[in-house]
Amino acid sequence: MLEVKDLHVTVEDKAILKGLNLTINAGEVHAIMGPNGAGKSTLSAVIAGKDGYEVTQGTILFEGQDVLEMEIEERARAGLLLGFQYPVEIPGVKNIYLLKAALNAQRAARGEGEIPAPEFMKLVREKSAEMKMDPSFLQRAVNEGFSGGEKKRNEILQMLVLQPKLAMLDEIDSGLDIDAMKVVADGVNSLRDANRAILLVTHYQRLLNHIEPDHVHVLVDGRIVKSGDKDLALELEARGYDWVLEGSAA
Amino acid sequence: MASEEMEQLVRREYKQGFVTDIESDTVPPGLDESTIAFISQKKEEPQWMLEWRLEAYHQWLKMTPPSWAHLEYPPIDYQAISYFSAPKKPEDRPQSLDEVDPKLLETYEKLGIPLHERAALAGVAVDAVFDSVSVTTTFKEKLHEAGVIFCSISEAIREYPELVRQYLGTVVPQSDNYFAALNSAVFTDGSFVYVPEGVKCPMELSTYFRINAANTGQFERTLIVCDKRAQVSYLEGCTAPQRDENQLHAAVVELVALEDAYIKYSTVQNWYPGDEDGKGGIYNFVTKRGDCRGDRSRISWTQVETGSAITWKYPSCMLRGKESVGEFYSVAVTNGRQQADTGTKMIHIGENTRSTIVAKGIAAGRSDQAYRGLVKIGPRAKGARNYTQCDSLLIGDQCGAHTFPYQEIGNSTATVEHEATTSKIADDQLFYCRARGIDEEDAVSMIVNGFCKDVFQELPMEFAVEAEALLNVTLEGSVG
Repeated sequence: MLEVKDLHVTVEDKAILKGLNLTINAGEVHAIMGPNGAGKSTLSAVIAGKDGYEVTQGTILFEGQDVLEMEIEERARAGLLLGFQYPVEIPGVKNIYLLKAALNAQRAARGEGEIPAPEFMKLVREKSAEMKMDPSFLQRAVNEGFSGGEKKRNEILQMLVLQPKLAMLDEIDSGLDIDAMKVVADGVNSLRDANRAILLVTHYQRLLNHIEPDHVHVLVDGRIVKSGDKDLALELEARGYDWVLEGSAA
Repeated sequence: MASEEMEQLVRREYKQGFVTDIESDTVPPGLDESTIAFISQKKEEPQWMLEWRLEAYHQWLKMTPPSWAHLEYPPIDYQAISYFSAPKKPEDRPQSLDEVDPKLLETYEKLGIPLHERAALAGVAVDAVFDSVSVTTTFKEKLHEAGVIFCSISEAIREYPELVRQYLGTVVPQSDNYFAALNSAVFTDGSFVYVPEGVKCPMELSTYFRINAANTGQFERTLIVCDKRAQVSYLEGCTAPQRDENQLHAAVVELVALEDAYIKYSTVQNWYPGDEDGKGGIYNFVTKRGDCRGDRSRISWTQVETGSAITWKYPSCMLRGKESVGEFYSVAVTNGRQQADTGTKMIHIGENTRSTIVAKGIAAGRSDQAYRGLVKIGPRAKGARNYTQCDSLLIGDQCGAHTFPYQEIGNSTATVEHEATTSKIADDQLFYCRARGIDEEDAVSMIVNGFCKDVFQELPMEFAVEAEALLNVTLEGSVG
């Protein structure tokens, strides 16, 4: 589904990713872990198309399409969706309005008409109940005045409504208490599907207790230095990143 | 010169200067006493009106154009302007929509303007401007039943001279400022509204419905008086871009609210801003002021300013009555080479007066805009309160937004709050929306409309919907 090959990325002339390779197949859940500053967030930002990142070498293919040639919105419409670590506030724009505009933009790209209002309301009510979000959240401005946990739940709500092919979740666990973590994890798990893949970017292993990954990659200094199954995350938790560094240097 | 002598001189010139010109329908460019006398004669005005105009003219001669505004434009040659011209003859106007700038028509299309109105807006020679004679008639009957007077200012001067004389110039004196003085001398069009005691005007009044409003004057004069406990909502302007032969527009609007009266004045201004280099655009230099003369009276200004090459405009409130309330809600959008210097003045004179200012500025392209606001609390304004919020949003990096808040507090019991923000249309917000699949232009309009929401919700319903569409058209192509 997603194929990243020899990806080199610089930000303001500073090399962040230095030859990253990653292949994700449909139905898989991948977790990218690594110390601060290793380039974890850069990877998902580059795939989503954020400005300010220069790809100097390498390719990203999504279902055979050259992602780097696509506009940000085209990537989203193709089914690549990024859940933000710090979701922005958009004053005056209702949450439900953004959801509807996004869903209709994606439907239009697939040649489908706009979703009928009753159908949309039913869908959104159902999904917000799953995220244990009061319906009043839908009428509030996007993320404005939301707590950290509410913002993260809102990100997952968008995923549940938009049903991406590849959901990329950047530090979705940061700032969550244990109850909120459970709700967010349940939401992500409900996305698991044979036709869908999930990419988790996280600093801590605890998220992976709730969302069990098929593959774990350790990203250090712009490269994936070690890959394994879920046990690798546990080992990292126990032994720290230095252990991987020593291992890869040897 | 003593005023008596001046008056004599005026009378003499009045007698000699214009008589010979009466036969013609247009005066040659230039401004002197005979021009003014000609206008007054054409409008069949009483003597006092002519004297009032001439007084204004003499004040104007002694004044200089304001230079404090954050605007740049070449000096205006006031002698090159023609101050009175009969409406263009049908044969001089475009004969059909085929002769009209296709770009303008495209904009009408986007705004969803009905076909039959497009021709009128573009200045095409058509006889039946709107097929709304019956609408207008029922409308007039309803107002008449309620006792509301709504007519052109010229008609009011002839039909209701006492009312006009009692209120004209009492809010914006002739010598108030350079453009107001000029307007007082030469105004030729505008509206007059009088709502009698205790009457709530049964409908929203709009220049759109006024007969004779097809050609908006270059020097408009509007006077709205709400008697005790009366209420009116007045809509000015039109969302469709209007072209006009006249580059300089200097209107004056005066509002008078007596005890417990409420005037809501909403404007959507979309004059032609000129081509990409700003050529041919309208200069819009307007003086708008409301006088909360009675206790507990309330005046509310709501404006959406998207047009003009240059806008110079500060709708203000004089809060004289005890517990009177002044409000100003504004959205100003500039794109291309547009310049706008706009804001408000809230002058608290009476006790426990309150005012609210919410100003939203959006600058895109290479445009430049300034918010200029004065909150003045007089020594007798015990317990006065003001809340000001002005926010600027920049789109791109070649535009500018400036905020000039002035406060003069003369009473220690007053409460004045001011909040101001300037933000670039956040790349983060844009990225967030686009990363959900929403294309860039839709994302910008979504963010900008959200930014303006506090003001849009003050607009009457149908205006609010049009305002959103207008905003989108104005900002089209401002990103990417």
